[in-house]
Amino acid sequence: MSDNKTNILEIESAVVRFVGDSGDGMQLTGNQFTDTSAVSGNDVVTFPDFPAEIRAPAGTVGGVSGFQVNFSSNPVTSHGDAPDALVAMNPAALIMNVKDLKHGGLLVVNSDSFGAIDLRKAGIESNPLENDTVLHETYQVVEVGMTSLVQKALEEIDLKASDKKRCKNFFALGLMYWVYDRSLEFSKNWIKKKFAKKPILIEANTIALEAGYAYGETIELFNNRYTIKSNDMPSGTYRQVTGNSALAYGLTTATFSSGLKLVYGSYPITPASDILHELAKLKHYDVRTVQAEDEIASIGVALGASYAGSLGVTATSGPGLCLKTEFVGLAAMVELPLVIVNVQRGGPSTGLPTKTEQSDLMLAMYGHNGEISVPVIAPKSPVDCFYTAREAVRIAVEYMTPVIVLSDGFVANSSDLWRVPDIKTLDKVDVEFYEGDAEGYEVFARDEKGARKWVVPGTPDLQHTLTGLEHNTLGDISYDGENHQKMTLERAEKIKNIAKSLPSLEVMGPDSGDVLVIGWGGTYGSICAAIKELRKTHKTLSYTHLTHLNPLHNDLEALMSRFKKVVVVEINLGQLHKILRSEFAIDAELICKIEGKPFLVSELVNSISEYL
Amino acid sequence: MSEKKYTKKDFTADKLVKWCPGCGDYAILAAVQKTMADLGRPKEQQVVISGIGCSSRFPIYMDTHGFHTIHGRAPSVATGVKVANPDLDIWLVTGDGDGLSIGGNHLLHAIRRNVNMVVLLFNNKVYGLTKGQYSPTSEVDTVTKSTPYGSIDEPINPLSFALSAGATFVARTYDTNPKHMQHVFSEARNHRGLSFIEIYQNCVIFNDGAHDNVLERTIRSERLVELMNGEKLIFGKEKDKCLVFEGLELAVKNVADVNEADIVTHETAQASPTYAKILADLQGADVPSPIGIFRQVERPVYNDAVIQQTEDVKEKYGMGDLQNLLNGNASWEVKSDAHPIEEEFTTFTP
Ligand SMILES: Cc1ncc(C[n+]2csc(CCOP(=O)(O)OP(=O)(O)O)c2C)c(N)n1
Ligand code: SF4
Ligand SMILES: [Mg+2]
Repeated sequence: MSDNKTNILEIESAVVRFVGDSGDGMQLTGNQFTDTSAVSGNDVVTFPDFPAEIRAPAGTVGGVSGFQVNFSSNPVTSHGDAPDALVAMNPAALIMNVKDLKHGGLLVVNSDSFGAIDLRKAGIESNPLENDTVLHETYQVVEVGMTSLVQKALEEIDLKASDKKRCKNFFALGLMYWVYDRSLEFSKNWIKKKFAKKPILIEANTIALEAGYAYGETIELFNNRYTIKSNDMPSGTYRQVTGNSALAYGLTTATFSSGLKLVYGSYPITPASDILHELAKLKHYDVRTVQAEDEIASIGVALGASYAGSLGVTATSGPGLCLKTEFVGLAAMVELPLVIVNVQRGGPSTGLPTKTEQSDLMLAMYGHNGEISVPVIAPKSPVDCFYTAREAVRIAVEYMTPVIVLSDGFVANSSDLWRVPDIKTLDKVDVEFYEGDAEGYEVFARDEKGARKWVVPGTPDLQHTLTGLEHNTLGDISYDGENHQKMTLERAEKIKNIAKSLPSLEVMGPDSGDVLVIGWGGTYGSICAAIKELRKTHKTLSYTHLTHLNPLHNDLEALMSRFKKVVVVEINLGQLHKILRSEFAIDAELICKIEGKPFLVSELVNSISEYL
Repeated sequence: MSEKKYTKKDFTADKLVKWCPGCGDYAILAAVQKTMADLGRPKEQQVVISGIGCSSRFPIYMDTHGFHTIHGRAPSVATGVKVANPDLDIWLVTGDGDGLSIGGNHLLHAIRRNVNMVVLLFNNKVYGLTKGQYSPTSEVDTVTKSTPYGSIDEPINPLSFALSAGATFVARTYDTNPKHMQHVFSEARNHRGLSFIEIYQNCVIFNDGAHDNVLERTIRSERLVELMNGEKLIFGKEKDKCLVFEGLELAVKNVADVNEADIVTHETAQASPTYAKILADLQGADVPSPIGIFRQVERPVYNDAVIQQTEDVKEKYGMGDLQNLLNGNASWEVKSDAHPIEEEFTTFTP
């Protein structure tokens, strides 16, 4: 055992943030730390944060990339507010992030990258490590010459100096494993797999990892080490999953097990592209992907595929949704199933491509010409993207309608620990292509839900032409006013009917009381944590999270009426807030912010308290 | 595939056709219906897809499966149909505005991908449906409601556009010649890849006689040169005129004045599109307009490649297993007696 006398304190949870240049491998480091924590039985939620530029000039503030993980011996829903520990690989990363670190928190810096040039690149004149006394008084600063230590450790390895330097993230990882008393096993195995084709890199990265760990052990620089007990997790298969991957899996399982082909049309855009990357690999799951010439064509491809009897899906982010709106209207008008995913990012226009926001709700709900209602649903967490995607497929096929899924940059890129479901327990979507009698067949005849039959080209005797012009029940073009009114109402009624198929609303806290907080989409994790905190002292506070934005739940009005106050929380200037006020004529309150970042739990605790 | 006996009537919808009396679209409709009947391919496999415009009303009048989509975007819808079900025969109908203005980008990409379908571009050099504005194929100085002092933008040549995008089958025909249309349509259908056909179409209301400079009966034989594979480019009522190369251009000569060997022999299958482009560029008062098939070559077909790649991946990895997909390759097992943590939410019942 070690002779190192550093105390190991047992704590319940910790938040660690790794920050560095976008070329420093911080995402990888953070992911490794997360996986190791999850494997050792902690619940985890992560929050990656990267710059819009792929490789902004190295060392500048524009190029800072970060990864935060909250890990705990109890269930966690948010990525955590202020980090307990910050690992900063250069001055730019330090100055951008240190203000978030908890007072008294651990600040580990790579002191080798604080030379005059590094400081100039970061836009600062004096070296904070040398001259900033406040920094040293506020935090527990540990300066480690990571670059030189790694080079030393790799002396014997036959690699270029620049390649050796690149192993420093594994050094940092090893060091943090020591601080948090984690095993190196998971990462060692990962390195083996990852660099299987380059044994020299297996050796170098493993040595760097071990050197970092050993450095913590030998140099008594740290006040404390920490250990976090395992959760009592139920049996099962566990993994980490990001929202975008979960969404791709949700779409694939829903279609594949229902015997539907999935045709995915897409045009690359941050932060939705990873869905395309994921699905493009899945050709053996009857997934066909088309990288179209633009967002309009990509939804056109998807709609064409749905017309021909596959499930068409397209995904994009805000500006792309603007381009798709005419086709969404056509899909709603000809009543074909279609799933449109919008991974929201900061808007308007090109906005904040890598930052999160919930400001496309109005666009999704009302961004159509004419009176048409399009179902809108939103995932609340990375794992929930899986179930939301499946729900979108269900609604699209059962109701013969386009469905908009409003994910967001935060949910898409961050990850949760996922107890993987047994595929056999997942419901299948009922897919039926009508091939029956031509006698009496009417293109827009409806079933009890209001849905028309899906008749695909290739079906004998049921030839018909779909059109975006107004048509009658037979599918024939009709400019008749009465018919237009009838068809418009029928289409609206069909979407309203979806509400009857929704599971009950879920409430945290009593089902009547003083304050009901309402959230939707990716704010779930932070709101949950804040409500749990506040409910310790405020028993009449409740919270419900809306998964379906259109149609809204039939019981929502009744639930809201049982509270003295309704407070809506969202990352925009109050879009759901406006909708609830206009739909139900209620006097709802609003908590909102629009900084491109998820809510901090403490922010919500403070702002919700004002209504208590 | 079993070939059925069909008549033109089998492809005619029981609907009132609402084009203006005398519109060239009627004859094109009849020619397509006749071609489909003659080809005898299963009727339920025929899918007509269009954008928006007078011409794009086409599928409404066909007794086939059809999709009248939105302005300019039909090529993307057709691509999706072909990716989902490559067995269907796609006939895409578009106009000079629909296909070359709002939908130019989609058409370009459908062509370069070489999606297996027939594209019929009705060129009346005007926006018919919106009542007569000039279009991307209108000549400079065209006076319309939107260009009272004459249009100032240079027109685009549909065939040059298609050839530059890499079209593997390129042809031109015209609305007053049913036989020629049927021949070109049926050759197009039998081509594997995207077949692009420009149809000179007359809009009697907003641009009557737009093609009269080449199609007017009395001058037609002097103004059109019919392209026939393997045959010399000879035209004129008396078959007395011909085309020969002068540098990189085609020049009109009297047959009597040239060596027979110098008269250009039409070859549709040339590896380079240059010759076809030179033909496509034949425009103006001094040269005849070519009619017929300009180019026909083989190139990988997008929808075939989609299927091939799918098959290859299935061959390599086997049919997908959803549980494996979800588990991924970085999962781990936990064995314990612990129960799932109690939900902190309760269901609401009013
Ligand atoms: C998005 C959109 N923009 C504009 C229009 C109006 N519009 C309908 S058809 C058309 C032009 C059609 O011209 P062309 O494709 O040449 O067809 P033609 O009527 O001449 O056969 C226009 C501008 C529309 N329907 N949709
Ligand atoms: S406006 Fe012109 S193109 Fe349209 S139907 Fe009438 S004649 Fe034909
Ligand atoms: Mg036109």
